[in-house]
Amino acid sequence: MKFINEFRDAELGKSLIARIRQRSTKPARLMEFCGSHTVSIAKSGLRQLLPPNITMLSGPGCPVCVTANADLDKAIALAELPDVIITTFGDMMKVPASRSSLQRVKAEGRDIRIVYSTLDAIEIARSNPKRPVIFIGVGFETTAPTVAASVLQAQQQGINNYYVLSLHKLCPPVVKALLDSVEVKIDGLICPGHVSAIIGSRPYEFIPRDYGIACVISGFEPLDILQCVDMLVAQVESGQPKVEIAYRRGVKPEGNRIALELMDKVFEVCDGNWRGIGVVPGSGLRLRKEYRRYDAEKNFGIKPGRPLEPKGCICGDVLRAVKTPLDCKLFRKVCNPEHPIGPCMVSSEGTCAAYFQYGEGYGR
Amino acid sequence: MCLAIPAKVKSINGTEAEVEVGGVSRKASIMLTPEAKVGDYVLLHTGYAINVVDEEEAQETLKIFQEIAEAEERESPS
Ligand code: SF4
Repeated sequence: MKFINEFRDAELGKSLIARIRQRSTKPARLMEFCGSHTVSIAKSGLRQLLPPNITMLSGPGCPVCVTANADLDKAIALAELPDVIITTFGDMMKVPASRSSLQRVKAEGRDIRIVYSTLDAIEIARSNPKRPVIFIGVGFETTAPTVAASVLQAQQQGINNYYVLSLHKLCPPVVKALLDSVEVKIDGLICPGHVSAIIGSRPYEFIPRDYGIACVISGFEPLDILQCVDMLVAQVESGQPKVEIAYRRGVKPEGNRIALELMDKVFEVCDGNWRGIGVVPGSGLRLRKEYRRYDAEKNFGIKPGRPLEPKGCICGDVLRAVKTPLDCKLFRKVCNPEHPIGPCMVSSEGTCAAYFQYGEGYGR
Repeated sequence: MCLAIPAKVKSINGTEAEVEVGGVSRKASIMLTPEAKVGDYVLLHTGYAINVVDEEEAQETLKIFQEIAEAEERESPS
């Protein structure tokens, strides 16, 4: 078993869909939180196969998309410092900040390198001991432990020119903020599988308890998502919301204890600034005082200037699921993956990019 | 960006492992999954194994799918 094709079987998919159609009688608004789910749902065309009483919404689960311009501007300001090497995941390159993008500053001659892993960033720091090497730390609970690990590796190996700009974000607090805003009404949440591989299922328990919303943690293959929808439908029909794990091969209720400990050792919770949502208390991570020497923001005096938003872009509303890309006047006409105006079109996991790539039928 | 893919552990040297994804060998850190053994599948995210894939649970899930398929067939023979 390779854990991929087994979960893509079309025949099994058909029977899952048949069962969902049979069981689902009540209107159900289901939100997938995670950008990887958005892409998987769009690619497999699942939306069109579900019964009409089920509405699928996309949430704020693309880390690139939710990074606020004020934070992106910090990355740009760091990139413009003399001698610095910026290391970043590739998704961040094209994202337009207030006045520039990493891609643009690279074209202007700055040293910006795309890495696949913080392991590569550490390696670059090791082989360039005279130059500061800054990693742009974007990502949720899935990624933050790997960045924490890199800080500990730098410490253990005496690599003193490695820094992290921590823009990490936490998922459960932003779900709470969305639900508190009461702008978006949902009945069920497709919980992010790989965030949950780290945090487990318990941090979601407030969602059924306090908001009466069904929660199922899902994997990413088509059958995984259908199973998750089926379980959500069962909860909605019975009127008994709870947290369940559909993605049992990847997620344990307690999560990954070692990863959680590492994350907690290096980072502490702070407020996080989300595009379109604003500052959400307790939804960000910053380096603890003990690791201050690795904190890019604390070690380099940068003045990024006042953040500006792209004119006409409604990414913020799209991220809160109150509008779809089809409501954006720029969609397709001015804004496309070649010439993106907002981050939701840049990131391969952005909702606008998914609409663009997989057609508008996606947005029922 | 929270994408993680199943990768097979080929060899282990301390916290470093060699894993295989779609026939291609890669280096990975198993710092977050010290319980990983050679032959296991791990979920690989940005160069780190974030969990060991639980094969028994995977079989269990596939069995549930089979049962649903059989039940559906009984109810609506085509
Ligand atoms: S289509 Fe482009 S401009 Fe419109 S909301 Fe999406 S990213 Fe922003």
